[in-house]
Amino acid sequence: MAEVVDIHEQHVENQHHLPSPDNGEGGEKSAMNMSYGKTMMWYFLLSDAFTFSAFLISYACIRLAQPWWPNPNSVFKSFPGLGDAYVPLGFVSVMTFILILSSVAVVRAVQEGHRMNKKGVMLWMIGGIVGGVMFLGCQAWEWNHLIHEGLRPFYNPFGPDANGLTHLVHEKMSVSPGPILFGALFFGITGFHGFHVFTGICINIWAFFATANGTFEKRGHYEMIEKVGLYWHFVDLVWVFVFLAFYLM
Amino acid sequence: MQTTTTSEQHVHDNAHAHASGHHHTETFVSKYIFSLDHKTIGKQFLTMGMIWAIIGGFMSVVFRIQLGWPDETFPILERIFSSWFTDGKLNPESYYALITMHGTIMVFFVLTASLSGTFANILIPLQIGARDMASPLMNALSFWLFFFAGVIMFASLFLPTGAASAGWTIYPPLSALPQTSPGSGNGMTFWLIAMVLFVASTLLGGLNYVSTILNMRTKGMTMYRMPLTVWALFFTAIIGILSFPVLVSCVVLLIFDRGLGTSFYLSNIVIGGKLLPYSGGSPILFQHLFWFLGHPEVYIIILPAMGIVSEVLAVHSRKPIFGYKAMIFSILGITVLSFIVWAHHMFLSGMNPFLGSIFTLFTLLIAIPSAVKVFNWLTTLWRGNIRINPPSMFAIGFVSMFISGGLTGIWLGNSTVDIQLHDTYFVVAHFHIVMGIAAFFGMFAGVYHWFPRMYGRMMNETMAYIHFAITFIGAYLIFWPMHFIGLAGVPRRYYSFNEIEAFAQYGDLNKLISIATIVVFLGQLLFLVNFVYSIYRGKKSTQNPWQANTLEWTSPIEGIHGNWDGELPTVHRWPYDYSRNPNSDVDFIPQTVPLTEEEKKDKIHH
Repeated sequence: MAEVVDIHEQHVENQHHLPSPDNGEGGEKSAMNMSYGKTMMWYFLLSDAFTFSAFLISYACIRLAQPWWPNPNSVFKSFPGLGDAYVPLGFVSVMTFILILSSVAVVRAVQEGHRMNKKGVMLWMIGGIVGGVMFLGCQAWEWNHLIHEGLRPFYNPFGPDANGLTHLVHEKMSVSPGPILFGALFFGITGFHGFHVFTGICINIWAFFATANGTFEKRGHYEMIEKVGLYWHFVDLVWVFVFLAFYLM
Repeated sequence: MQTTTTSEQHVHDNAHAHASGHHHTETFVSKYIFSLDHKTIGKQFLTMGMIWAIIGGFMSVVFRIQLGWPDETFPILERIFSSWFTDGKLNPESYYALITMHGTIMVFFVLTASLSGTFANILIPLQIGARDMASPLMNALSFWLFFFAGVIMFASLFLPTGAASAGWTIYPPLSALPQTSPGSGNGMTFWLIAMVLFVASTLLGGLNYVSTILNMRTKGMTMYRMPLTVWALFFTAIIGILSFPVLVSCVVLLIFDRGLGTSFYLSNIVIGGKLLPYSGGSPILFQHLFWFLGHPEVYIIILPAMGIVSEVLAVHSRKPIFGYKAMIFSILGITVLSFIVWAHHMFLSGMNPFLGSIFTLFTLLIAIPSAVKVFNWLTTLWRGNIRINPPSMFAIGFVSMFISGGLTGIWLGNSTVDIQLHDTYFVVAHFHIVMGIAAFFGMFAGVYHWFPRMYGRMMNETMAYIHFAITFIGAYLIFWPMHFIGLAGVPRRYYSFNEIEAFAQYGDLNKLISIATIVVFLGQLLFLVNFVYSIYRGKKSTQNPWQANTLEWTSPIEGIHGNWDGELPTVHRWPYDYSRNPNSDVDFIPQTVPLTEEEKKDKIHH
């Protein structure tokens, strides 16, 4: 095997040992001692971070240019099944908690992967997937609720008459509806994040079945779960910033 | 080995096939079309790039005919372009569609995708001693996404309402509201879809280039032993990975404005006396997002050319590159600075003038690493044993163009000077010379230099020299006069000047520019003829025709899958050991040659 070298072999070679930091043929040490797959994932996340940063900076620029902005406490105040009860930020806290729990589950899956425990990986990946699906379900409920209240990408009913309006510069200004970009930014950015959650769920489901089929066990390592996990934690981290921008500020 | 899996079995079969000198049967489709081999993918990028360059170049010929002879009619052109012409004259709408598509095609499809795509694919694995890219599949996907982006962009030329016509920078509101111009309808939609696919292609390619360079280097190929081409392509990929996603954000918001009625970039717009319902957005936000990509983009274009030129100049002047590490750190400096200068495109957009002074400062700082590179090229040439041949001519041409175009950049980077020169032909002259012509010269130097590596044959030198003479003289004839027209205040993008008295006096100069454009375009067809001719009839190349040190010339010249038979080469020294030993007959020491005892003692580059 040693003398005969072929490109296909190199890739299979990688699969038989622990994640190999070099090119599989005794080449130079790679940067950070990382496998190429993880290098790629990190650079991809860096790239995606720039996409979200661009969105959030646009959000900040647009919002700061408006004389006022709807108060999140009066926009995000409903909770499913509680009717008109005033529960400011109650539901989004539950959503956020679910997403964080789902990240924790994936951390456990990675840990079980290091222990080469296939059943454990499968179990905790299910946890991650269920958390992700629940988060998307919550988001669907919230979108649906806000659309019922009249929020659209091109229309925002949360005008100056809404309770607790913040950033009131011109006291007597009575513009109704509210700043219409609120709706556009909310649906645009949470939608883009939701799309990431959706792709993350799809990738997690794929990783679950690949684990169940024993693909990673045969490879001798569960590095793929780590890479999938990196993406999932990134999506979680982005939510923290989205949450901060739309709900807390 | 007891538990033989299917994949192992596959390897065994493959290994046996390889050992006995046979490859498993490849069909035409798997070998030339959906190939996973980096060398083939590189050639695919090059072929597409040449097709796009001819299309984009021909567009410039058509609108230069309009600018050179605004009063004449051209029934022949009408027969070719039918609906773009009326009564033998180019329609104003089609003129704008042409300049938009010329810019888009040249900037993105030719000088970004094709320049990086070709040379990153061919050179990275071969020069660092890898069998292929980290992920050959992603690499192929990168090409095919680029291909389909191109198909959509090309299709937009045939829409009844015309292609996108808001300029390659697609500023809203012109690009956001379909009612503002015919090209802002479906043409713009096609443009946006094509560009999203294009960014996905760039991302896949870039991730691959970076991880290949970081992870797949052969034994002994430390980072500081990599050729400058690889360094340049490395930083180019990083710039692309970090800046293109911002274009995606920018374009996504524009798509929402167009499709969902949002007003991210729109506010207080009156069309036909009617106030549109958009409010709260800002077109300046678009410009910031766009130029956050748009400026790094020009370095994505020029860095690979710089890397190619560094390598070519060192090889053909038979001297070590002057200031190897200075070259690397100046590329790094340009990379970092490229992200904090974007607003120098917006001095007159209504941005806060205080910001203008900060962006002026950063912009002028770029002159430092750029000058370091120029001086290093000149000092590499200095007292070198220069071999005159097509690649070295084009590399020297690159340096000339980069200096000429770079110096006017210092003018334009000053916000005070820019107030006068903004949006004039001076800007057109500046960026065409420094990132258009210069990048093309780098690309030509690369194609002439690595043609034997790609096709096993040499390109015809006579045709190459004629090509060089036409391109070099022609490019200066086209763009040098534009500086003066621009200084006189003639604005860019105008359809015709003959009704503006102050500018009509430059009619003859415009004719000269247009004639030069046509001649240069025909000169490029000669390159194409040479390229195709040499693939089949060119003189057979030897294994190392330029007597270069880098690893790609140790891999069998006919190009085999996996690049090296048997073991990968081991690297013992840096790639620039030219004319090192005055007593030796050979003036180059390939990277695979071990250090002598004497060399181990001195502590210069190894």
